[in-house]
Amino acid sequence: MSKSYRRLAAPALSLVAVLLTLFPSHSAFAADQLNSGDTAWILTATALVLFMTLPGLALFYGGLVQSRNVLSVLMHCVAIACLMSVLWLMVGYSLAFTDGAGANQLIGGLSRLFLDGVGTDTLAGSIPENVFFSFQMTFAVITPALMVGAYVERIKFSAVLILSGLWLIVVYAPVTHWVWGGGWLADMGVMDFAGGLVVHATAGISSLVIVRALGARHGFPNDSAPPHNPGMVAMGACMLWVGWFGFNGGSALAADGSAGMALTVTHIAAATASLVWMLIEWKKYGKPSLVGLVTGTIAGLATITPASGFVGPLGALIIGVAAGFVCFKMVQIVKQAWKLDDSLDVFAVHGVGGSLGTLLVAFLCAPEFGGLGLPEGKTMWDAFGVQAIGLAATVAWSAVATFILVKITAGLTSGIRVREDDELEGLDITAHGETAYRLD
Amino acid sequence: MKFVMAVIKPHKLDAVREALGATGVEGMTVSEVKGYGRQRGQTEIYRGAEYQVHFLPKVKVEIAVADDKVAQVVEAIQTSANTGKIGDGKVFVYNMDSAVRIRTGEQDNDAL
Repeated sequence: MSKSYRRLAAPALSLVAVLLTLFPSHSAFAADQLNSGDTAWILTATALVLFMTLPGLALFYGGLVQSRNVLSVLMHCVAIACLMSVLWLMVGYSLAFTDGAGANQLIGGLSRLFLDGVGTDTLAGSIPENVFFSFQMTFAVITPALMVGAYVERIKFSAVLILSGLWLIVVYAPVTHWVWGGGWLADMGVMDFAGGLVVHATAGISSLVIVRALGARHGFPNDSAPPHNPGMVAMGACMLWVGWFGFNGGSALAADGSAGMALTVTHIAAATASLVWMLIEWKKYGKPSLVGLVTGTIAGLATITPASGFVGPLGALIIGVAAGFVCFKMVQIVKQAWKLDDSLDVFAVHGVGGSLGTLLVAFLCAPEFGGLGLPEGKTMWDAFGVQAIGLAATVAWSAVATFILVKITAGLTSGIRVREDDELEGLDITAHGETAYRLD
Repeated sequence: MKFVMAVIKPHKLDAVREALGATGVEGMTVSEVKGYGRQRGQTEIYRGAEYQVHFLPKVKVEIAVADDKVAQVVEAIQTSANTGKIGDGKVFVYNMDSAVRIRTGEQDNDAL
């Protein structure tokens, strides 16, 4: 078994290990002992990934909105982090990562509700299961938080909480189970090292569905307000960049060369995509902008995510270049051609980036491109077929389920959008009673 | 007595302060303001989308001066705040009825 597949294998291995405790120890499962190096790194990576949301993503998004809405965006990100953590403990983790018996192809079981049966000695692979739970929790936190960028400046706070909570259970948990929890896509051998499908494709396509139901911000597209604080955007993006070392580097679930390579290619792709985006803007508009540079960073990071455990540095360079060009183009297409106010470009950057990486990895994992090798017995085109099926299924489920969840949320909140005068006055004061910047 | 109000480019404030100091002006009030004139705001581009910024940051300088100094003060501002580019701002001069120094109660020219 390739190390790259350890992530999905870890919970399965731990189950086997429980069964094996009934029998004399078996040398084939020697790995099922606590490895303190692995544990130390995943504990660290867990903190890094939480740091991506708190405060990385919150600042990245907060700087891009108007000054009258910056607190509402910080509020969305932090409140989502809290609510997703609790839901992940209650039900999300169990649905994503336990054996669902007869339904296991589609969804996990209920054996780990409230982390039932997990003590300090329970292992998942070579790390404690509580560490695996926490590491995965930080992914469950950031994925719904990514969608904040689609609906900022006009959504009801109650709708944010309800929609995000439902989405975690109905979209995130099943797709995670399909890909990493031993479900049908895992069985097909889909490659998604750190969440191109699970995180970025789900959040990206769902963002478009939410925006279609919610409508555009007042003044879009001709009289939109510019980002109120590009410096805050850059600080948030840089925190995301550093945190992403945990996101991708931690997804090896081990402290080894595989983690090191994931971290290396992650950084190279981010740096490359940043430069490409900057150069495109420089050539096209005459000036290289800070917001453009760091948007390229995030595009590169999202695109390398599914590929990070499978490609080498050459693959990372190719992914970085592709991410810069494709995501830049998609931002224009979504806003100008499709006229969809996916306000902070969640689909164009995360959805498209994650999808692009998911498809490119089928080729770039090949040794010809300096990759770490195709799945055993597969050609590039076999692998591409599996990746395409995985992407299509993820997109289809995310879109249909989110469409229904938005309807349910709208019913529960009497419409997910705030009144127009509240939108014009700003959500900071009208929804939260607070002011970000006092002029006295 | 005259009240001189000038709206200038923010980065010219130090040059204006120095020029006014050289004319013997002993105090001024400065505020950060927004506005537009012939320059008509500016266009900024973020992620390929153009945003029209209608009001630009400016600095407003307010000075009370004795009648015999007005011409000198206005000229000092006009030359020191000048970049030759659109958006340099304007100087306005008003008649002023009275002035009082709060600490001492001195009146009018003695209070300037």
